[in-house]
Amino acid sequence: MGEQEILNVVTRALRDLLMDEEIVLKMDTRREDVRNWDSLVYINFIVAVEMQLGIKFKVADVESFANVGEIVARIKTMLQ
Amino acid sequence: MTMAWLPAPSDFRADLRSAMAAAPAHRAEKLASLAQHRLGYLETIQLERALAQSGPDPVEGFPRVRLAILASSTVDHLVPAVRVAGLRRRLLIDVHLGAYGQHRQDLLDPSSSLYRFAPHTILRSLTAREAVAGIPLSATSTEVDDALASSVDDLRLLWRKAREGLKATVIQQTYLDVTHPLFGSHDRLVPAAPSTLVARLNDLLAQAAASDGVLVLDIARASESAGVEAWFDAGRWMQAKMEIAPPAAPLYGDLVARVVAAQRGLSKKCLVLDLDNTLWGGVIGDDGIEGIVLGEGSAAGEAHLALQRYALQLKSRGVILAVCSKNDPAVAEAAFRDHPEMLLKRSDIAAFVANWDDKAGNVRLIAERLNIGLDSLVFVDDNPAERARIRESLPMVAVPELPEDASHYVRRLADAGYFEAVSFTRDDAQRAEQYTANAEREALRGSTESMDDFLRGLKMSVIFGPVTSLDLPRAAQLINKTNQFNPTTRRYSQEELTALASASDNIALQFRLIDRFGDNGLVSVLVLRPDAKDGQALEVDTWVMSCRVFGRELEFEAMNIAVEAARRRGVREFLASYIPTKKNTVISDLYPSLGFVPCPDSASQNGATRWKLNLPAYVKRNTHIEHSGA
Repeated sequence: MGEQEILNVVTRALRDLLMDEEIVLKMDTRREDVRNWDSLVYINFIVAVEMQLGIKFKVADVESFANVGEIVARIKTMLQ
Repeated sequence: MTMAWLPAPSDFRADLRSAMAAAPAHRAEKLASLAQHRLGYLETIQLERALAQSGPDPVEGFPRVRLAILASSTVDHLVPAVRVAGLRRRLLIDVHLGAYGQHRQDLLDPSSSLYRFAPHTILRSLTAREAVAGIPLSATSTEVDDALASSVDDLRLLWRKAREGLKATVIQQTYLDVTHPLFGSHDRLVPAAPSTLVARLNDLLAQAAASDGVLVLDIARASESAGVEAWFDAGRWMQAKMEIAPPAAPLYGDLVARVVAAQRGLSKKCLVLDLDNTLWGGVIGDDGIEGIVLGEGSAAGEAHLALQRYALQLKSRGVILAVCSKNDPAVAEAAFRDHPEMLLKRSDIAAFVANWDDKAGNVRLIAERLNIGLDSLVFVDDNPAERARIRESLPMVAVPELPEDASHYVRRLADAGYFEAVSFTRDDAQRAEQYTANAEREALRGSTESMDDFLRGLKMSVIFGPVTSLDLPRAAQLINKTNQFNPTTRRYSQEELTALASASDNIALQFRLIDRFGDNGLVSVLVLRPDAKDGQALEVDTWVMSCRVFGRELEFEAMNIAVEAARRRGVREFLASYIPTKKNTVISDLYPSLGFVPCPDSASQNGATRWKLNLPAYVKRNTHIEHSGA
């Protein structure tokens, strides 16, 4: 799965969770850039992406992701 | 972990969009119908968001319930699932969460936001960590019990606060065992081994709940099905202090809603069973009575027998059994009479419908014959086309998806939790027999010329008296489950009813009806309390009657008895309200038929009407019911 495809998957997950089709995620998007992306939504987002892709993030990763790009990169290596 | 009894949604996204586009009145219906499907964690969150956007306005046909969840771990992620599972039962559950770590203080402080929320129900969801902390591994079983007793005492104190301060029903969650083996199998023999402590704590919790009349949400038991691995994710605990993992949320929500709904009398009452390939293997019309697969000796035969056995167990706790089959009625009945392996007897079935007509019509007929709502039925049929037909034409009937393999039918039916109970009384154990006796009464009615002859032929008598502590569980159950003969639809927990029944100014009466076919049990409760303005008047606060005894003149005899009791106290007038609901139209003429006249100054709200009865002028009604000693 390419980076753009993964970005589409994570964007879809966040749009579904917040029921907001206007959300646009870029590689340098940070959580605080997206309205309502609070800590509960973040966990739900992680769970949604895990379920969708059949992966499981490490606890250490989840608390250290600084932006969407790091999440996408991590997913990419996990899917390889 | 999936709720396999629910059908998969056909197109979740499209259905959700169409619900959102609908007008508010239709939106709830559409969302409720979507909630009848098997939804994952993410879909549950989306559905709940759609529901939340509809706002707090009342929705016709969807009562609101205020539920406070007081938890010692993060439960925010479980709220959508609780609300969606409520919607599945046509309840709009408004959830209040206590502040993190404040679950004790909220209950102890009458100025807290919890008290302003005024919950109907409080769910206490605690982790075992605090209770078992500090108990040394070397503690003896006596020391363990002493240490755990103080935790349980604290639970009881808070239960009392919830009930006295908030008048709320309390549901206490059992403790999830997230401990790890320490000694291995030997843990079981070490009183203070972590898993032994949690098991003991749950035992003590259950004992205390039973004696205090508190309800239990048994997630310790429920989690055994899929295993604690599916319920608890150490990562989520460390990240967010979630003790219940997100993928378990949809099932958790359903478990909570089952208890909340059961408390409001919304559990199912009747199991409607298909015959061919459901109660036995094969098609009796083609294979003949000797050709059907049933009984010991073949695995498939045992599978169908297991379903029969489970149906009998359900019957023994008060679930009514019915048969709905496309068959020649004589052939179908013969199997019950003549097949040596049949566990279910014809007399176990309160309504037996076998013909070649459309099953939707037949299911309707069963509900009519038993005089229960269609929403009290569970329809079990191996044929997907029949299931789809019932879901389509009678959406209020519960229709579980069945697995391909009959050996898993029982598990599937049990997992669905349709018959969740909040009490088990002597009346429950006899209920199924009473419905069967009712079928015999109906036969008598069919064979007698006039209503008068029929009622005389029943040889009825009533036993009545004050509601005593022995009657309380059944009386509370009747008040909370009765929707039809219920002019005010007020619900009372057992503790509230205790207070009502023991107040000396009130009159609280219970009635049992007996006839030649048997004892119908405690079938009516009438609570009168003094009117606030007029010291010589009593208000009918609550009056409920089981639909089993409709049309038997018990309402007239009960009023005779109540008037007599009130006159002795010098009461001059009864006041009463009839508040119409979707379900109580059957008694819309109750009060005028009893001789009440409309109150002149009664302003009608929500179609409610006010009535009064002049006691000195009351003329005792003649009925076919005699009095027996109470």
